[in-house]
Amino acid sequence: MIKAILIFNNHGKPRLIRFYQYFAEDMQQQIIRETFHLVSKRDDNVCNFLEGGSLIGGSDYKLIYRHYATLYFVFCVDSSESELGILDLIQVFVETLDKCFENVCELDLIFHMDKVHYILQEVVMGGMVLETNMNEIVAQVELQTRMEKSEGGLSAAPARAVSAVKNMNLPEIPRNINIGDINIKVPNLSPF
Amino acid sequence: MALKIVKGSIDRIFDKNLQDLVRGIRNHKEEEAKYISTCIDEIKQELKQDNIAVKANAVCKLTYLQMLGYDVSWAAFNIVEVMSSSKFTYKRIGYIAASQCFHEGTDVIMLTTNQIRKDLSSPSQYDTGVALTGLSCFVTPDLARDLANDIMTLMSHTKPYIRKKAVLIMYKVFLKYPESLRPAFPRLKEKLEDPDPGVQSAAVNVICELARRNPKNYLSLAPLFFKLMTSSTNNWVLIKIIKLFGALTPLEPRLGKKLIEPLTNLIHSTSAMSLLYECVNTVIAVLISLSSGMPNHSASIQLCVQKLRILIEDSDQNLKYLGLLAMSKILKTHPKSVQSHKDLILLCLDDKDESIRLRALDLLYGMVSKKNLMEIVKKLMLHVDKAEGTTYRDELLTKIIDICSQSNYQYITNFEWYVSILVELTRLEGTRHGHLIASQMLDVSIRVKAIRAFAVAQMATLLDNAHLLTGNAQRNGICEVLYAAAWICGEFSEHLEDPVQTLEALLRPRVSTLPGHIQAVYMQNAAKLFAAVLCGQEGGAPASSETAQEISQLLIDRLPLFVQSADLEVQERASCVLQLVKYIQKLRLKEVQVGEEVTALFSGELNPVAPKAQKKVPVPEGLDLDAWINEAPSESESEDEKPRAVFTEEEEPRYTRTRHPEADEKELAKRREARKKEQANNPFYIKASPTSQKGYQDAPGVEHIPVVQIDLSVPLKVPGMSSSDQYVKMEEERRQKNKAEKKKKDKKKKGDKRGRRGRGDLGPESEEDITPAHMVDIVTEEMPENALPSDDDDKDPNDPYRALDIDLDRPLADSEKKLPVRTHRPLESPKSPGDEEGRGRVLEEPKKKGKKDKRENVKEEKKERKKSKEDKKKKKHKHERGEEPGEADQSGELTEAAAPPSSTAGEASDLDFWLSSAPTGPPKTQEAEPAAAAPGSAPKTTPDSAPGLAPASEPEESKDTEPEEAKSSKHKKKKPKREKEKKKKKKHHHHHHHHGDAGGDESVQNGTVEEEEPLCPMSNYILLAENSYIKMMCDIQGNLQDGSQVVVSIIFENKSDGFLKSMEFNVLDSLNTKLQRPEGAGPHDCVTVPFQLPPGVSNEARFVFSVQSIVMPQKLKGTITFIVKSEDSSTHEKLDFKLHFTCSSYLITTPCYSDAYAKLLESGDLKGSSVRLEGISMPFHHLLAMICFHHHFSVVERIDSCASMYSRSIQGHHVCLLVKTVDQTVSIDAKCDESSLLGNVLDEIKLTFSQC
Repeated sequence: MIKAILIFNNHGKPRLIRFYQYFAEDMQQQIIRETFHLVSKRDDNVCNFLEGGSLIGGSDYKLIYRHYATLYFVFCVDSSESELGILDLIQVFVETLDKCFENVCELDLIFHMDKVHYILQEVVMGGMVLETNMNEIVAQVELQTRMEKSEGGLSAAPARAVSAVKNMNLPEIPRNINIGDINIKVPNLSPF
Repeated sequence: MALKIVKGSIDRIFDKNLQDLVRGIRNHKEEEAKYISTCIDEIKQELKQDNIAVKANAVCKLTYLQMLGYDVSWAAFNIVEVMSSSKFTYKRIGYIAASQCFHEGTDVIMLTTNQIRKDLSSPSQYDTGVALTGLSCFVTPDLARDLANDIMTLMSHTKPYIRKKAVLIMYKVFLKYPESLRPAFPRLKEKLEDPDPGVQSAAVNVICELARRNPKNYLSLAPLFFKLMTSSTNNWVLIKIIKLFGALTPLEPRLGKKLIEPLTNLIHSTSAMSLLYECVNTVIAVLISLSSGMPNHSASIQLCVQKLRILIEDSDQNLKYLGLLAMSKILKTHPKSVQSHKDLILLCLDDKDESIRLRALDLLYGMVSKKNLMEIVKKLMLHVDKAEGTTYRDELLTKIIDICSQSNYQYITNFEWYVSILVELTRLEGTRHGHLIASQMLDVSIRVKAIRAFAVAQMATLLDNAHLLTGNAQRNGICEVLYAAAWICGEFSEHLEDPVQTLEALLRPRVSTLPGHIQAVYMQNAAKLFAAVLCGQEGGAPASSETAQEISQLLIDRLPLFVQSADLEVQERASCVLQLVKYIQKLRLKEVQVGEEVTALFSGELNPVAPKAQKKVPVPEGLDLDAWINEAPSESESEDEKPRAVFTEEEEPRYTRTRHPEADEKELAKRREARKKEQANNPFYIKASPTSQKGYQDAPGVEHIPVVQIDLSVPLKVPGMSSSDQYVKMEEERRQKNKAEKKKKDKKKKGDKRGRRGRGDLGPESEEDITPAHMVDIVTEEMPENALPSDDDDKDPNDPYRALDIDLDRPLADSEKKLPVRTHRPLESPKSPGDEEGRGRVLEEPKKKGKKDKRENVKEEKKERKKSKEDKKKKKHKHERGEEPGEADQSGELTEAAAPPSSTAGEASDLDFWLSSAPTGPPKTQEAEPAAAAPGSAPKTTPDSAPGLAPASEPEESKDTEPEEAKSSKHKKKKPKREKEKKKKKKHHHHHHHHGDAGGDESVQNGTVEEEEPLCPMSNYILLAENSYIKMMCDIQGNLQDGSQVVVSIIFENKSDGFLKSMEFNVLDSLNTKLQRPEGAGPHDCVTVPFQLPPGVSNEARFVFSVQSIVMPQKLKGTITFIVKSEDSSTHEKLDFKLHFTCSSYLITTPCYSDAYAKLLESGDLKGSSVRLEGISMPFHHLLAMICFHHHFSVVERIDSCASMYSRSIQGHHVCLLVKTVDQTVSIDAKCDESSLLGNVLDEIKLTFSQC
């Protein structure tokens, strides 16, 4: 079982959190902080597994994470999950994000948290792995996006125009930063 | 209205959307909190509007804010509103928000039930999908119960997308609503072979999660999983299955043997590291389960270790980590194979990655031996010095202590060395583990008597240099060791070289900065030291009385500081000691010799008590700890005072030890005498070992220790801080010397072989000829003399997964096939009387589960349902049912019997067969293993889980659940009791009004008896035959699935002292009734009973008979032959019996509804008959219960003292009874379409009542 999925950036700012077990909001933030603290001090060339998160889990749980450019993807899992399998799942998830957002970067996650949730929903459900086939995931996400579009979407065109007006006086919105080498293949791991 | 809409959409234009919110937050970095609070105000405004789009937008923003840590639970109702939007876009937003912030405590959740149900049955697969995903995150027990049926239906949805989600979510449903597991399981199993790989993978996932918690219930699936493993190419599925096998093998060693070959093949062939790794892991699990002498598997171990070495050597840190992880599993059973890779593991200790170093540390634990312990610890000490970061250092510290103290200090040959290591560890700054070191110091000096002198010397220097430890406030954790040091010095003060100096060290003003509990120990031990000094002085030259005077004065000078302490304990002890010293000083002025008497205050020795000792004190017969000792408990008395009252005797010794008695010494001595006597006679007093009962002053038997005297005058590097290194060197020299000596001895042939003394000291060390420097008399921890050896006190009764420990192999009664439904929901299914009970029961269910084993009565409830949908359902179930009965019957037995009976074919026998065809072939000894596993599982076969699932069923397919229960409960000597609960008509009326469309045939009646007084226990099992060797009880049941079959369950009980073997069962077939024999057997052959019986054991076997006509009762003669094998002889014995097939046994309890019942009676096809029973004094509901139980009827309707009952034969005859009672006379009018059957049934009923 996956207990939690956390995405935060190099400064510990949460970009997506998904707990599959209830924690109150302040506890969630504490967990994020602790996890960030544990993960961020590790070099990039050490292993991706981590024990010792005291707030979440316990001895049966592990943190399995990957670091892509500015983002950490952390999965908290128990012993019924295969460690290498979860690493691969993170890879599948990130590649899916890459496909859905076309060259995903941190800003995509910042501004489209809802969409990231929709994608994640197709990968993991209630703490259990739902689908690992990237094409299948992408297809389902796209079908649902299409359905949303056919309904007119949440914010139709006029709202967009207005939001442009609303932002006229604001300082320049930061340019998209590419995550860069997002398609790192897991070494020695044949794809599932 | 139109205007309002226009207005709404214009407003909307100026609302912020999620992107605007994010942008805004990013642009207000300085005053983020303020900005967000204005945003929340805006959101609150938006939520007040009617426009659902605005609301959805607001909820979407809330979801984002929730991620930032803002509590958004106040908007829960709005989230529900958005969830119920008809547009997918909004619905999805609502569900996401709900899954982020709803939990079991969210009260609006109960409002969502109908909405979710609607979404689940939505024509759009994405509505359904979104609802399933959302539900998976916030499902509650209520939701699970209410929606379980809907989700179960979705498991057979046409779209694989829905199927896989429905399958996955079932796990969550099971967790929240364990009753759904049994009914849903067949379908879940079906999904293992779903054509869609995603669905299949989901099913594997769910079953693996289930099996991980309660593996034994899933053993029977092993063949299926094996098939999947050898056929699947999906690595995800393979990994899960292989992990599952890892959990199953410990339960079934034969499975392991079967697995080894395919797994080894996979290891050789796969290129996926993850798969390889899991294979290795499972092979390890198999090897562990087989660990008892399977020499031919050493190749597999070698293969695993070899592969793991490759992983560890890999440059990929992840593989290295996992390799070490797996290695530590092998270590437990095959330490030798791992030890050969010590070099590699020690290398990993230097790795830059902390995770890897920690894993390597774990491995070290198992790699130490007497030979290399010192070397390894030395290396670790180096790491301790180098380690930056306290976490890792603390980890090192605990590991060092773990390694050294493991299995009673097994590997320590030189305790001086160990004590110096401990002392060296005290130099660690800022460690959290001061108390750990302290407890080790205490433990070692208490339990290893020979080390006390050395330890005391070390502790004295430690106390002397206490300022080094306490100097820095940050080092606080380490000052715990002072606690140990002070205690050791005080307790073993006879070993002190200079007690006066130590006493002085204990009383330094600086001490008052230590934590209170340490100061308290200081005070107490100062008093002990004082006593020791006094005693020493008095024994010696009279001239030294000055010293005594000096120290008295010292105490009197220094103690007032502590008398003022803020800590109560310190204050109290200090003032006690102070007064004592003053008093003694006064006495001494009068030249009274008080030394001995003062020492007596502290005489006696403390023995280490095992941590579990208190728990293991058996409750003496006749002592009821829950009973009030005194009548009339006053309110004020707190509960925990009771046990203290009971155990005062036990605690007494402790009190007297710490008490400073004002009473005069004679009185004290007298009391002590009395106490000792009392203790000697008191079985609950933990007695000291004979040696320790000697007086305080007696040297603790060191002289019998034959070994080297360590020269303590070796100068220490730091004052007080011994360097452990020199002990390493000394130890090496000593070993060489020993070796040389040993050689000499060997030449002389047998020298005196001294047995090692002391229980704690330890196992054979054939590999190394190292004798410990101290033949240490390790005092083992004490346990109460009659402690129970059980170790089962570690189970957590609150484990949520325990509720899922449900026997899945027992056949589903038809009544269970559908989940219970709460009828006040607008379901298609009509309400039925059982529901109320069902709901009530759900509440009490968890409680029951816990106490299951203790329960004396198996509650049994019967419910009847009638569903308009039922027919459809039934068809779906049909093919399942076809395979189920046999398999389930048999595998049910697997848990009860060593092997399933050969008389019927089923899946469990498949499992057995499948397992027995393992390459190695199971040796005979293994036969016993599943049997051994069985008792453990038997009590959990949940006799009540069947009734626990409120059944819904149709007359024609219902099968009685009660015999099942009777059987399983029989073994536990519990009698089933029938209880029926009253239906609450009122509520039904209410439902009726609400859901008039629901079919509404409310006429259903059920057993309507509410009984307080218990009915005498009933059992279906009747004595079949008995002699001095064996007793047979039998129960005969019609087989629901096959109208021509009857199942006879026989419990064989071994009454002899010998082993019963080769039991063979045979009956003389009649034309009408024939025993079904295994294929290929002749019509007169015996059927082998598939188990053996050790003395006093009983077990059950089932035999199937085929019957042609059921209208007449039948008697068959039969014989059971068996061999009684006692220690010296074995004899062939036989026992004849008569099997009585009554007509009642052809009947099957079948629920019927009153309208159907009325129709049946009206049809006029039935022939009537009647019978009168006189002198029946039992209450009417008991009477009904007996008819139901013994003759397999169910109550259709009951009005006062009149009831209609129904049953059905295996061949479909309807039997209707109208039972009336007036003044001890019971008249039964009966109708049946077969008159001779009816006549016989009535005769049997009559017989039943004439017997009681």
